Amino acid sequence: MAKEKQSFEEDLKRLQKIVEELSGGKLALGESLKKYEEGVKLAQSCSVTLNDAQRKVELLMKNNGKYSLDKFEDTDSKEE
Amino acid sequence: MQNNNQSLSKNIYTVSEITRDIKLILENTFGQVWVEGEISNFRPASSGHFYLTLKDEQAIISAAMFRGANRDLKFGLEDGLKVICFGKIDVYAPRGQYQLIIERIEPKGIGAQQLAFEQLKNKLAKEGMFDPNHKKELPLMPFCAGIVTSSAGAAVRDILQILKKGAPGVDVLIRSVRVQGETSAKEIALGIQELNEFGKADVIIVSRGGGSTEDLWSFNEEVVVRAIYNSKIPVISAVGHQINQTLSDLVADYFVETPSAAAKIIVDKKNSLLSEIDSLRHELGFAVSEILNRLSHNFVALRHMLKSPMDRLLEKGQFLDELNSSLTNNMRHCLNMTQLTVGSLIKRLDTLSPLSVLSRGYSLSTFVSTGEIVDSSEKLKPGDIVKTVLNKGAFISSVQEVIKNG
Repeated sequence: MAKEKQSFEEDLKRLQKIVEELSGGKLALGESLKKYEEGVKLAQSCSVTLNDAQRKVELLMKNNGKYSLDKFEDTDSKEE
Repeated sequence: MQNNNQSLSKNIYTVSEITRDIKLILENTFGQVWVEGEISNFRPASSGHFYLTLKDEQAIISAAMFRGANRDLKFGLEDGLKVICFGKIDVYAPRGQYQLIIERIEPKGIGAQQLAFEQLKNKLAKEGMFDPNHKKELPLMPFCAGIVTSSAGAAVRDILQILKKGAPGVDVLIRSVRVQGETSAKEIALGIQELNEFGKADVIIVSRGGGSTEDLWSFNEEVVVRAIYNSKIPVISAVGHQINQTLSDLVADYFVETPSAAAKIIVDKKNSLLSEIDSLRHELGFAVSEILNRLSHNFVALRHMLKSPMDRLLEKGQFLDELNSSLTNNMRHCLNMTQLTVGSLIKRLDTLSPLSVLSRGYSLSTFVSTGEIVDSSEKLKPGDIVKTVLNKGAFISSVQEVIKNG
């Protein structure tokens, strides 16, 4: 799994927390702006991760106790 | 005796002979038969043979089902089960027993497969395999879907197509297996295990594109159910079917009716996450503009508050200026007054000055040594040097004689 996909859940949770904190309105202005900036970045990277269009379709095989991956010929993608 | 002999000579069987004849008659008369009854006294032997009794209201008959015949039996035999048996009547000479040797057995009123299904379902349910508490949550967003199905089947194509359209970033790991036929259940179970072992997938879709109940039978087999139950990765069962749930459906963490629906779960997850992120982004902007609004309100209010002290300060300044100018005037006045007073005082001083007395012919004497004024003869003694100041000029003299009360 790509790095950004690994951290996706954490990023989303962090984003939710930031929104909560900002909505609470208890932060100083400087802190608020810093969090806002961070939140915007997190939202951006989360949607980029979700909107990623690079997929791998592979066949998992096991021979003599060893796993190997083969590219799967997706008939659908050939049509394009 | 004669009669006895006659009857003996006529037809005397040995036990073996009569048994053999009975055996011949019974076996030839009935040949292969169908017998319907209820199983009782079911005894599986360690040899693998089954022994049982078939009964109805009025009669019983012993029966045996040998290992070779019962090996492929799909359902379990048990007391009370109503069955239809196919076999032949056999006489077991050593015990003088006739019995039904069962070759095939079917449950009555229900298909064998159906019965097997029910039996297995009950057994697995007792083990807690379908317990809702054991079901795992799907990951927040599955980024890699493992699929256990035939790589040549329709299921994999459907799933790939829907993912490609709706969630093109999701990786797919296909573990190809046969989905029907004798080895298929074992293959499916192994596929699930291997995807778990390989570990990349964060959801597993166990799938097949539909078919008859018989076609889908692998998904009802114990080995598959156990593999799904033991999977650490959440499993979606997506066996295309219309009527009955498979045991895979029951044990899986999620089940849907088609492979496409399984892929759609992932697409839906992605879309709902995207809209959640979108609304979080809005909330973020809203929260910050709220903060800025509040601050700017505060600022305006503060500026209002600041304005009045400034005004007051200006007022004070003006007052100060006024005070300042009146102070200057007063000072000047005071100064003038003082000058006048000083002038008159000086004049008065002039008139009071002892020197002015001198002008009228008086003189003033002082001791030269101390500067003390000589105002009494008692302070003098002969020889003292005194200085006498006159209206004009002065002289120094030495005292000749002191006259008291002069």
